[in-house]
Parts: sequence; structure tokens; C-alpha cells
Amino acid sequence: MRIGVITFPGSLDDRDAQRAVRLAGAEPVALWHGEHDLQGVEAIVLPGGFSYGDYLRAGAIASLSPIMAEVIAAAEAGMPVLGICNGFQMLAEAHLLPGGLVRNDHGSFICRDQALRVENASTAWTSGFADQQQITIPLKNGEGGYIASDETIARLEGEGLVAFRYLDVNPNGSMNDIAGITNARGNVVGLMPHPEHAVQEGFGPDTPAAMRSGIDGLTIFTSAVASLAAAAA
Amino acid sequence: MTDLFPSAPAAPTTTAPTRPAPDSVANAAATPDREQPYGALGLKADEYASIREILGRRPTSGELAMYSVMWSEHCSYKSSKNYLRQFGTKTTEAMRKNLMVGMGENAGVVDVGEGWAVTFKIESHNHPSYIEPFQGAATGVGGIVRDIISMGARPVAVMDALRFGAIDSDDTARVVHGVVSGISFYGNCLGLPNIGGETYFDAVYQANPLVNALAVGVLRHEDLHLANARGVGNKVVLFGARTGGDGIGGASILASDSFSAGGPTKRPAVQVGDPFAEKVLIECCLELFREKLVEGIQDLGAAGISCATSELASNGDGGMYIELDKVLLRDPTLTAEEILMSESQERMMAIVTPEKLDGFLRVVEKWDVETSVLGEVTDTGRLVINWQGEEIVNVEPRTVAVNGPVYDRPVAYPTWIDALNADTAATLPRDGDLRGQFLALLGSPNLASKDWITNQYDRYVMGNTALSFPDDGGMVRVDEESGLGFAVATDANGRYCQLDPYQGARLALAEAFRNVAVTGATPVAVSDCLNFGSPENPEVMWQFSRAVEGLADGCLELEIPVTGGNVSFYNQTGDVPIHPTPVVAVLGVIDDVARRIPSGWQDEGDNIYLLGTTALELDGSAWAGVIHDHLGGLPPAVELDAERALAALIAAGGTESLVASAHDLADGGLAQALAEAVLRFGVGARIWLTEIMERDGVDATTALFSESTGRVIVSVPREDDVKFRGLCAGRGYPVLRIGVTDNSGELEVQDHFTVQLDELRGTHRATLPQHFGPVVGQ
Repeated sequence: MRIGVITFPGSLDDRDAQRAVRLAGAEPVALWHGEHDLQGVEAIVLPGGFSYGDYLRAGAIASLSPIMAEVIAAAEAGMPVLGICNGFQMLAEAHLLPGGLVRNDHGSFICRDQALRVENASTAWTSGFADQQQITIPLKNGEGGYIASDETIARLEGEGLVAFRYLDVNPNGSMNDIAGITNARGNVVGLMPHPEHAVQEGFGPDTPAAMRSGIDGLTIFTSAVASLAAAAA
Repeated sequence: MTDLFPSAPAAPTTTAPTRPAPDSVANAAATPDREQPYGALGLKADEYASIREILGRRPTSGELAMYSVMWSEHCSYKSSKNYLRQFGTKTTEAMRKNLMVGMGENAGVVDVGEGWAVTFKIESHNHPSYIEPFQGAATGVGGIVRDIISMGARPVAVMDALRFGAIDSDDTARVVHGVVSGISFYGNCLGLPNIGGETYFDAVYQANPLVNALAVGVLRHEDLHLANARGVGNKVVLFGARTGGDGIGGASILASDSFSAGGPTKRPAVQVGDPFAEKVLIECCLELFREKLVEGIQDLGAAGISCATSELASNGDGGMYIELDKVLLRDPTLTAEEILMSESQERMMAIVTPEKLDGFLRVVEKWDVETSVLGEVTDTGRLVINWQGEEIVNVEPRTVAVNGPVYDRPVAYPTWIDALNADTAATLPRDGDLRGQFLALLGSPNLASKDWITNQYDRYVMGNTALSFPDDGGMVRVDEESGLGFAVATDANGRYCQLDPYQGARLALAEAFRNVAVTGATPVAVSDCLNFGSPENPEVMWQFSRAVEGLADGCLELEIPVTGGNVSFYNQTGDVPIHPTPVVAVLGVIDDVARRIPSGWQDEGDNIYLLGTTALELDGSAWAGVIHDHLGGLPPAVELDAERALAALIAAGGTESLVASAHDLADGGLAQALAEAVLRFGVGARIWLTEIMERDGVDATTALFSESTGRVIVSVPREDDVKFRGLCAGRGYPVLRIGVTDNSGELEVQDHFTVQLDELRGTHRATLPQHFGPVVGQ
């Protein structure tokens, strides 16, 4: 099973996303933003970072990269696509997901272990979670405030398209505490927190059991592997 | 589309009529008596005279620009060189065993085994960070990271040692906000985890904050690159950002004084950073290294092209020919002198063989990195630079880069120091309210939580961070298969150094060493950033000489070599120098980061042991400073043999998994260490001081707040108790059981006080937000 991770100029968490794919049991495939070849991958991860230095708006320039034409077509055809942080910003800029991300309401970059509630456990990237499961994964961003029109927010809430919601603390002023959303089909998911930083014991967030032992993020990647396997079966 | 072979930007002589005609070598020879503004460029009369003697004529304005920046204190180490030699002479063959590259290159490189090497260095960016804190700190990170790339390494971590003025001074918030957001902006955008560092507030840094940035890189042995220009006919290539007018110190003076009829141009002396350009440059360089397309490489930092060309030539075959018109410019009106001196960021210079040039250009084009071929390596022994068809520089490169002036500055024993040393804290009253003092220290600016700062840094990126703040040292995995990793910590206590710079430097070394040891890693190498006042003040030179001697002696005793670093002089407010602040960074190696040791308690029911003994050592302590506003006496004794024994003991305890946590005792003594161990994971403890007091003959205040060295608290699971005691007995290291962890949700010091976890946390966290703003989620 091959899952592509696209590297843009200024991508930072691309190798981390590749590691997460590998730990989830799939083969990570490095894709380059300047090409048009998806190399036959079955799912795609748009990783975190500061593509193009966040110039113009975070994710705005990357959403026009050559490979995004193929990503958009594949997403519309049902391929699982995950956007993490800067990748979420790209998905919003590319109109694969509604709304947008703006500067954190407190004005600073914030890095913290963030508690989330899984609000939709039936997408390609969340099917491994229990509905309403509480998880902790790292959050780190400067422009993570989710905004959308009232109608969009109403539709997201009404149709169950909020995938993840911030628990305890809203770290960036996101409307309705929204941390991540999905499209109606459930194949395209974007979120601001970084699941690829909670995939391996020793390198994730602290848990009550042990230092840095949190691996809640891994389920996002194993969910995709499972949905691809189910689709193939 | 990148223009790979631009000519000079659109015939500058005709399109920029205000641009002065170049001062050529021929012109210099023909006009020997022309007055030159060497003083405004920071050169002394005798230095200017020796340049004339070296050249046998007056320098051209371009040559003057090069000599003036390269002979500056910052680039030439002219006041410190005579002392820094000790780091070499006090290094034994055994200490060099794992050293692949020592002092003198862009950064030291240490063999860490399994074919891996680690390179690290710490460097100051103090003055720019006061003038323009955001860009000053940001470009400090950028500069040290380029040093790491130059060695052929992938940068994998950063950390910072920061010193600010008094926390309640108005200007401190400006500097703190700027510096922290600058580091956050640049480091986060580069995708480098920030894994630690230290922050202190003290009025002595009021108008002279210290921003010392450290970076670590990893490489395979075969990827090692050096900064030299070898191979006649090889190309000299400049790539990365365009050259602009930023960071030009004296060049505008030179240009305006000598030439420009149109009046002086005011250009910013602080560089402006673009981390996106640097991130792309990192990936581009790593691909160039992977494809073996580069023979030698050097980053452009202080003194820009002047430094890169003269150093590359000096370290190589000795000759180089450059056409300066080929430099890609952000501002086409720059003069040759300004181009030579510009400190525009995110630029690198590489030496490339003619056969590999096409391959090189393909890679830089892939990354959209602008590139121009400036010239080539020659066998003339001269660095020759042409501009607009005329020769404007013709020098022997070593006279610029290597054989600059060296000074034996006057040294004077400070008139005030005997009185300061006589004023011991031992006479201060030690009968105060211990609970109140404990909380006062915990909430004092230097001991309070630094979450407000560290929450603005990405500590997760790259997915290899095994330890970061608030643990004693940062730790990063190098090899995903084996778990091989490194740990690093920085320390310096300016108060100790003010009392005794020799001892203070050794204490900084001992603490950084101990902070690495408690993570379970074995310390292997040192980098230092020596921050001092003016070298023209003989008392400062005495402090400097003593600190260097202390550090060099200490490294020899610990048998770990100094691999590089930097000296920053002229740190003072008016005539008052800062406390001597030799920031010491220690690098350690650990076979498997899975065996790293946390700094806090995670489980209830573990026994808490204090390793080491406690003496009445409150001089220079946080207790003396916070409770009594006192600084005097002599700093704590430090026995480096004991530190080595302690490090070996903890390493053994870690390897055998006997030690569940280990935390260094330093500022604030046992009390602060206990508080931090509770706060790390919220596990409480009951502590008794009676046995410490009886064995060491000290009172409770001393037991809690003394800063005696060679001490660590460890927690040991009950089932490992016998083995752990056996380990300590076998090694003869003093050990006492002083408490147990529990689920009480409080820290109880029996017979003295109890503090609930909430109050501990509230006190620890409140101070920085009071001054700088809230922390998300707190």
C-alpha cells in the first residue's frame, strides 16, 4: 500500500509524515510539488511546514503548485487526502475544504500538547477512533484559527463534518473550537494539530503512563490504511 | 526561471550614474597620499600602517573594506587569540580521539559512532539583538545554522542561552518579546526543534542583552565538508539570497566619506532574515552534498564576501580570482565596497569542479536558488577581485583572514574584587520563614517557569526529540534503527563569574556537564560563547583571562575537548561591563535514547536519593540574591573528578534501568530541584532533611538552598533499591535517602513546610506572564 507525502519548498514535517505512514504499515512515497506525477499512490498527505514562507497567506502559493491539480482531481475522485497544519491551509486555499485559517487570536506561535475530541469517526482518516474519543496530539502553529461563514459553520455542524474539536483549551481562537474538518464524502480531512508527532513511543506527548509515550496520532494513519484495505477487498 | 549566468546587472556604470568609479589597485599605487577613513571603519592608525606595509602601497577602498572587517575584534579574535590557544594546548591526544574537526573550522565535529558524526557550535548575536531584537535574534539562529550546514551536516536542533535586563524594567519587555518571537519565527520556520537553553534576568544586562544561539547537526562521516578552496581552475560559486545593503557596518561610511557626492546612504546595520530562503538553502545544500557536487563550502556571515573569499583561499591553494560584477544584487546601486562587506543573510559560497558545475546548477535550479559563478581558484597565492574591468583587490589572502593583528591587552586585577570576595553570604541571617523563602525563589524570574518562552518554539518537528525543556538537557535521536542519540545543555552563572571568573567558568562547565550526565548521556565535547565587557578595560581582560584559563583547565580535567565557539566583547552599559558570562555548551552521546532519564518523578512510591554532599555555600546563590539582594563572597567549590564519578554513576544507573529520574541541583539548590521534580509530572513527595543536616553539619536553610556542586537527586523504584545502593557503595559516591514520592498532590518537607501542587504550579508559572502576557491554556 503506497501513500504519498508531498514536499513543497518550505515543507518541514514531510519526513515525519513519511515515518508515520511507515509505522502505520504502508509504504511512504516522496512526491515533489513541481511535478504532475502521483506515482500511483493510493492516498496523499500534505504535510506541515511553512510552504513558500507562508508568503501571501499560509498555504496560498502551495495550493497552486503543479502537483495540486492532480491532488484536487484525485480528491474529487475519492482518494483519501490528509492535510496537516500547513496542509490543512492548502486544502482550504484549494477549496477542497471550506473556510480558512487565520493568525492565532493571541498573536503568537503556540506549541503544546493538545487534547482533542474525535467528532466524526467515520472518515477515511478517523475510522480507527471511537466516536467522541478523547485524544492528545501536539499542536504547533502561528495561523491556526479556523474561520468560516455562519452558513458554513452551520452546515459543518449540521452534517457532522467537524472531525476534531479542541478540548479544555481553544489554543488559537478557532470558531466552535474546530480543530479539523472533513468533506462530506469523508475522504478529505484537514486538521491543525500534528498527528505525525504522536506515532512513536518516546517521541510523542507526555501521558499519565510515561514521558512522551502518546501515540494517538498513529490511528489517523492506520485508519487510512484500513480504509484502503477495505476498499480493495 | 532562475537566471544562472547573469552578467553584471545591466551595465551598472551607465545605468547608475551616481555610482562612483572604482578605486583600482593602479589608482591606489598612483595616489599614495589619498586620505582614507580607516578610523571610521574601526581600524587603529598602527593597523592601517601595517596594511600599507603588507601591500607596499595604500590599500584600495575595497581592500580597506576587507581588512577593516576581517581585522575587527569579531572576526579576528585579536584580543582573545593569545588566550584561546590554551584550548588547543590543553587538549591531549586522548581527548582528540573522537574529534574529527577541532577549533578553527565553522564548527567542531565529533565522531559519535556507527558511522555518524555530530557537529555543534554556539555563537553570540548580542548587539544586533538589542538594537533590533526580532531580526537580531532571528539572524543569530540563521547564522549558526549555516555554520552547521557548512560542515556537510543536516541541522537537527537549536537552543539558546539568553540574558535580559531586570524583568520589571520597561525596556526588558521590548527586548524579550522581540528576541523570543525572532527565535520562534526563524527556528520554527526552518523546521528545527528548539530543545532547551536558559534564560536569566539581571540588571547588568539592561542595555546589553545576550543572545547566544546554538545549533547541532548530524552527518555521516563521509559527508564531512570543509571550508577550503583547492584545485586550480575550480569554480567559486555564490548561491542563495541576493546581496543587499543590509548588515553593512562601516562600508557606507567608507563609500560616503571617500566617494559619494550625493551624500551618505543610511543602511541598516542589522541584517534581515528570511527563514524560508534558508530552509530551501539547507535542503539544496544537502542534495549537493549527497550528489557529491561540492569540493569546499563556506557560509557567508560576518564580513560576507570578504570573509568567505579570504578564508576559503587561505585554507586552500592560496589563490582566487573573483569578478565582483557577477554577484547578484538586490540593490543595483551598491558600491563594490558595500558588496564586499554586506552581511545579507542566507548566502553560501562553494568550490565546484568545472566537470560538476552543470550538475551543481541543476540542483540549485530545482530548489529555485539563485546562483552565480564568481570566479575560480588560482595558484597565484593572491586573492584578486575585479570590478567593472578594473582590479580593485590584490592581496595575499592570509594577511586578511589569518595573520591579522594580535594584541596582548593590559590585564589588571580588579580593585574591587577583594572587597567583594570578603563580603560572604555566610553571615546573612538564616532563620527566615523557609516556606516563604522557598516560594519566593520558585517564583523569582530566574527560577520561574519559562513556558511563556518555550511554548513559542516547536520542539516536535523532525520527530526525534527525546528530551527538551524543562528537562535538564535536550536530547535528539540520530539513528532511527539503533536509537543512537546526543544530548546537549548550556550553562553559565554570571554571578559566580563576577565573584571569581576562573571558578565561575569551571562551574559553568561542571553544570552543563552534569546536566548532560543526568539525561543518561556521556559528555564528549564542549563549545563555548564567551561574553565579556570591553577588552580595552584591563579589569575585563583579567576576567577574560581567568575565565578562559578556568574553562581550559576544566576541560582538561574532564578530558573533553573544546571544539569551537565564539568570543563577544564590548558587552557593557556605559562604562559598566556585564558580569562575565562564559556560556558553556556540553554535548553528550547516548547509545539508545530509549534509555534517557527524565528529570521529574513519574511514579509514586519511589525512593528519592540525594547524591553528593552539602556545604554552607550560599555565596552568589539564588537565595542570597532573591532573599537578601546580596552578591558577594566566593562561589561554590567544584571538584571535577567528583563530577566525572557522578556522571559515570548515573550512566551506570541508567544503563541498568535503576534510575527512574535524575535532576541536577544548581540555582536554588535542593529546594528548587525538588519543586521542579514535582512539577514535571505532578507527582508529589515527602522529604526529610534531618540526615543531610546531621551528616553534613548544616542547618535547614543551607540544606535547602546551598548551591554545592556534584549533587543530583534521583528517584529509584523500590524493587531496584538494593541494587542502586550497591552501585553507589561500589563507586564510593556519597548518597542519602531523603524521601519518597507519593500521590499526596503536595511537596512536604518534614518539620518545615508543605506546599500543595496547585500553589507550587501557580507560583512557578505566574511570573513571566505577569510581565509579558498570558500563556495559552494556563
